[in-house]
Amino acid sequence: MNAVITLISGLLFGLGLAFSEMTNPAVVIGFLDIFGEWNPSLIIVMASAIAVGMLGYFIKSKQTKPLLAGKWQIPTLRHIDSKLVLGSAIFGIGWGISGYCPGPGLTALVNNPSEGFYFVIALLIGSGGHYLQTRFTQK
Amino acid sequence: MDTIFNPLVGGLLIGLTTTVYLLSTGKVIGISGILAQLLFSKARLLPLLFIAGLIIGGSAYGVLTEQTVAMPETRSPLLLILSGLLVGYGTRLGSGCTSGHGVCGIARLSPRSIVATLIFMTTAIITVAFLH
Repeated sequence: MNAVITLISGLLFGLGLAFSEMTNPAVVIGFLDIFGEWNPSLIIVMASAIAVGMLGYFIKSKQTKPLLAGKWQIPTLRHIDSKLVLGSAIFGIGWGISGYCPGPGLTALVNNPSEGFYFVIALLIGSGGHYLQTRFTQK
Repeated sequence: MDTIFNPLVGGLLIGLTTTVYLLSTGKVIGISGILAQLLFSKARLLPLLFIAGLIIGGSAYGVLTEQTVAMPETRSPLLLILSGLLVGYGTRLGSGCTSGHGVCGIARLSPRSIVATLIFMTTAIITVAFLH
């Protein structure tokens, strides 16, 4: 059942990204280009997604545990550290360069394979680089 | 884009998905985290199913509506590689991306996610301003 819900969630999430045109880097760059020809449509995407998400957390507060799992696994960290700040800043620069964040970048493998290939390989290497760095520094 | 229909429906669908996933599995949706689980954890089935679904769903829309995804221009592989490296490394160091911090985190009013989102939006806007 968990597998079915996870697969359907992936499908619906991808459909939502495509429908909102987050999968189109031209639309994303248009949204980030506030000093140029600004395309504000992604504000509507973010606002509507967050509004429904808030409703979700309200329903969650009435539930003792998830329907299919024993406990909640929601991030509990609250402190703001240099990793969060530096990592987010680096991510934003990468996002601004291509207009791809991780989800839309993965869909580019099909939507625009010539771009998706380079982006996703580099995405995996960057992610792996952090994984190795963490393992190395923990020893 | 001349109507708010597409962004509204797309956003509602994204919010609905994070809610259904949260209430059934107890977890938040963060694409960079799910991708890292697929690569570096031992439990690979669920992240694999999610990522496969994401790619199918994200490309099915274009096929169903016979709409080709418009590209700004052909971009250099070097820029795409640089972008991928920064997105891959930055999202792991910062513990999240647009979905995990921007949607799920803000929806539960996490201070970390609100700060992260403000920072990546700002550096992305500055980057676009420089490049265009």
